[in-house]
Amino acid sequence: MSPKVGVVTFPGSLDDRDALRAVRISGAEPIPLWHKDASLHGVDAVVLPGGFSYGDYLRAGAIARFSPVMTTIVEQARQGLPVLGICNGFQVLCEAHLLPGALARNSHLHFRNRDQRLRIEATNTSWTNGYSAGQEIVIPVKNGEGRYVADERTLDELEARGQIVARYLGSNPNGSLRDIAGISNEAGNVVGVMPHPEHAVEALTGPSTDGLVIFTSVLRKLVAA
Amino acid sequence: MPRVVVDVMLKPEIADPQGQAIANALPNLGFTGVSSVRQGKRFELEVESIDEAQLQKLADTLLANPVIETYSIRGQA
Amino acid sequence: MSASQAPGHLAPVLDTVSAATNSPDVEQPYRELGLADDEYARVRDILGRRPTQTELAMYSIMWSEHCSYKSSKVHLRQFGEKAPKTDVLLVGMGENAGVVDVGDGMAVTFKVESHNHPSYIEPYQGAATGVGGIVRDILTMGARPIAVMDPLRFGAADHPDTKRVVNGVVAGIGGYGNCLGLPNIGGEVVFDSSYQGNPLVNALCVGVMPADRIQLSAAKGVGNIVVLLGATTGRAGLGGVSVLASASFEEGAEDARPTVQVGDPFTEKLLIESCLELFEQGLVVGIQDLGGAGLTCATTETAAAGRSGMRVELSTVPLREASMEPHEILASESQERMLAIVTPENLPKVLAIADKWGVLATAIGEVTDGDRLVITWHGDPVVDVPPRSLADEGPVYHRPMARPADQDELNSQHAERLPRPRTGAELKRTLLTMIASPNLCDKSWITEQYDRYVLGNTVLAQPEDAGVIRLSEESYRGIALSTDGNGRYTKLDPYAGAQLALAEAYRNVAVTGARPIAVTNCLNFGSPEDPEVMWQFAQATTGLAEACQTLRTPVTGGNVSFYNQTGDTAIHPTPVIGVLGVFDDVRQRTPMGLRNNGDVLFVLGTNSEELSGSEWASIMHNHLGGRPPRVDLAREEALANVLIAGAQESLIAAAHDLSGGGLAQALVESCLRYNVGARVRFNEDAFLALFAESTARALVAIRPADVKQFTKMCERFGVRSTRIGTVDTSSKALEIAGQFSVSLDELRAAFEGTLPALFN
Repeated sequence: MSPKVGVVTFPGSLDDRDALRAVRISGAEPIPLWHKDASLHGVDAVVLPGGFSYGDYLRAGAIARFSPVMTTIVEQARQGLPVLGICNGFQVLCEAHLLPGALARNSHLHFRNRDQRLRIEATNTSWTNGYSAGQEIVIPVKNGEGRYVADERTLDELEARGQIVARYLGSNPNGSLRDIAGISNEAGNVVGVMPHPEHAVEALTGPSTDGLVIFTSVLRKLVAA
Repeated sequence: MPRVVVDVMLKPEIADPQGQAIANALPNLGFTGVSSVRQGKRFELEVESIDEAQLQKLADTLLANPVIETYSIRGQA
Repeated sequence: MSASQAPGHLAPVLDTVSAATNSPDVEQPYRELGLADDEYARVRDILGRRPTQTELAMYSIMWSEHCSYKSSKVHLRQFGEKAPKTDVLLVGMGENAGVVDVGDGMAVTFKVESHNHPSYIEPYQGAATGVGGIVRDILTMGARPIAVMDPLRFGAADHPDTKRVVNGVVAGIGGYGNCLGLPNIGGEVVFDSSYQGNPLVNALCVGVMPADRIQLSAAKGVGNIVVLLGATTGRAGLGGVSVLASASFEEGAEDARPTVQVGDPFTEKLLIESCLELFEQGLVVGIQDLGGAGLTCATTETAAAGRSGMRVELSTVPLREASMEPHEILASESQERMLAIVTPENLPKVLAIADKWGVLATAIGEVTDGDRLVITWHGDPVVDVPPRSLADEGPVYHRPMARPADQDELNSQHAERLPRPRTGAELKRTLLTMIASPNLCDKSWITEQYDRYVLGNTVLAQPEDAGVIRLSEESYRGIALSTDGNGRYTKLDPYAGAQLALAEAYRNVAVTGARPIAVTNCLNFGSPEDPEVMWQFAQATTGLAEACQTLRTPVTGGNVSFYNQTGDTAIHPTPVIGVLGVFDDVRQRTPMGLRNNGDVLFVLGTNSEELSGSEWASIMHNHLGGRPPRVDLAREEALANVLIAGAQESLIAAAHDLSGGGLAQALVESCLRYNVGARVRFNEDAFLALFAESTARALVAIRPADVKQFTKMCERFGVRSTRIGTVDTSSKALEIAGQFSVSLDELRAAFEGTLPALFN
């Protein structure tokens, strides 16, 4: 039986169907999860998809973090459940303090959607173990509040512990500190990325299929476990 | 009903591109002598009964993100 | 007991139906509300009494130009009368949007609409609510909205006010569309001083649904419940769209600011999901969105379409401000609202689904026997009207028309007489100047502010010639969409200009390999009270209707925007045409960028000395005069046949339409897409080869092994193919033999620098 990967739909989630598709293409069984339902329905991993949960009206991810499903996710993530936050999902993970730092308004103040070059910096996480260290990939970035910020000490710690998962190459699309595109928690089971791997899983609709490795990585991790 | 105002600002060390954009526009509009602008949020709460500690918690958990923001509470509860 | 009789009641005196009957001679401010003397007389005639204050407001809105199409109706009829025979049209003009059958049991609905006037006054909210409005039109048909496009026209790029409008409009479109989760897959951006003070902000949405799930607006079934879904109703936007779009701007447009609505895309997203769930479960008898004229329009149109009566109790409508009066509630243009007709048995399920998505849902009335729309306020009738008199039987005008006095002089000033570049160096300078001009330069500063990826089915998006969307992950059936318009051509010849806009959109769809099947249009013109504008409008609609007949692509719906003028000066007449095409297998699409070394470049079609109305005349000489390029629809169709068959047989590696800026522009865009060079040689005059804008042409790249088969195919379809060069992936330059060579870096610097420099 293939592992089950859940994708949460919050009010205002937008890339939830795309994350479910990516899970399916990777070979796992996609399970839709609903924000009001605290049960994770036995999934082996969770994706928090992109979008504008609750319209991003207070701060991106700030309200979604208090939904019933998040209470369970926070609890289980601390016990090792693989959790991936993409874009708005990354913002939710930071608001929930599963990841350090925060995502602030892009330095140029515009929403920006482009095909972005990245370098994978950490391959020991649940979601990036299928990449080779230093591998360069291209996946779409699209956000208005994607500038990763944290204090200097936190940034230094992230660097020292190998928690910086991916960095922007070429021009930094949002002013992120130290060109950070994605980070993990210390254990490596919780990962947040600003760019959208679920939009690079098919040659027909994406700039590449580089994003698929994110989803096959967790599968590999789950099968090995 | 008493009103409580919570002001939320980005911490000084966090870059504020919105405030910066406003500051940059001022000289073009003929306003000189302003060296810096920072933009924040203001929340107006109509409260029935809430104590100071709860207000603090409310601001700290939801209205502001203490990782990047500070807040101040005015008015009486 | 009515409020007016209640002793000590503090509410203002209510003008009820009985009050109106008992006080026939009260003076009414109908002129201030925009009704003419004879129109007011007709209202009294229809009702057999004077209208109540609320009824008067309803007639004035529904009979406005924006809602009634009173000046355009007689011309728009041609789209029906001259419609080509087709079996793909499931719903034609008259509903919220047309619906076409695309095969595999799927139906597609699409429409383009204007939000011009609000977008000048408050660019962000005007553009944002324009997206919201067109998306609800598509949702209303029962479809899931799957993509948007935005044809935009602004004043001169270097005018001091243009930056404000561009930044606001683009942020508004992105802010709303991105938050709604709809990919933005194309559109246009044009700068011309004729749009100064009258930007054109058109918005297109496309949606898909099972062909057997089309929803209509008719309120049928006596006893069925009228449910208002979505946002609360407030004073914001009172009389906004209809008032703004039905008169010219005069001085002091700032005063109109309160009438612009504020959009809430988060609520719209929830409204979409809840409505789709209602449709899926078959819980809706009829549905209508609330756009311009709000509840007035929705109640009268659903009742009129159902040939039913309806009773609505206004005090049940959830309000933002308790003090709102009946006529304000009925006229409010608060966004993100829908009106659904549901059976009493299904009402609890409908309310439960709305609650699941956090959407407000309120039963506000019911469908009744007979043919009266009765609206009560705390039980007292304030409206008692035949709904069709508002929705379908508004005034119809045959406005006077006159060929513009300066038309002959304009047509006599041919651009073919202007001085041309003579040397290779001059040609190169011309090329670099042109590709850096605001109209021909790279638009990614704008399109990067839009999400093109969400929903995961975007196959092609800007800067490609058409947006392409996969409809099915099983069959790979797909669609292509393009919008085009050329105000300069249309100014020179409105009949030909409308046809050229259609031809370009049709060609852009065919270039990707899709077969064009249907048309939508947004007709942006000046004041219909100006006979010269009315002449332009009549010419353009006739030209479009006849070209649609020839190309066998029916008009499925659209929108007219009049009064785009400042003082006496109208915008260039600007029909914007959207064409929908279908792919049996979207994997066969042809992209525009050159990629493979050694691919052979051909120009398909025939070039001639056609420079009037061209980008070259405009950019290099600031000139507009002469006659636009010749329309040849037979050649357009033959070219499309080659492009479609070539895509299906995988013979075309890349293809790009030739239009504004001519072959030069197409070469630059095709090279820069993937940073690949090309070597080109002309046997004809290099200047004309590069910059003339003859129609029915495309640039294609063919793998050497396929050249023979491809050229044979061109012969078979009667399309001329001229070999002009080859793709060179190593040279990193565009070389025009005997004239000049220019590096891709130099091209890119010129092409990409303009918009960031203007608008950052």
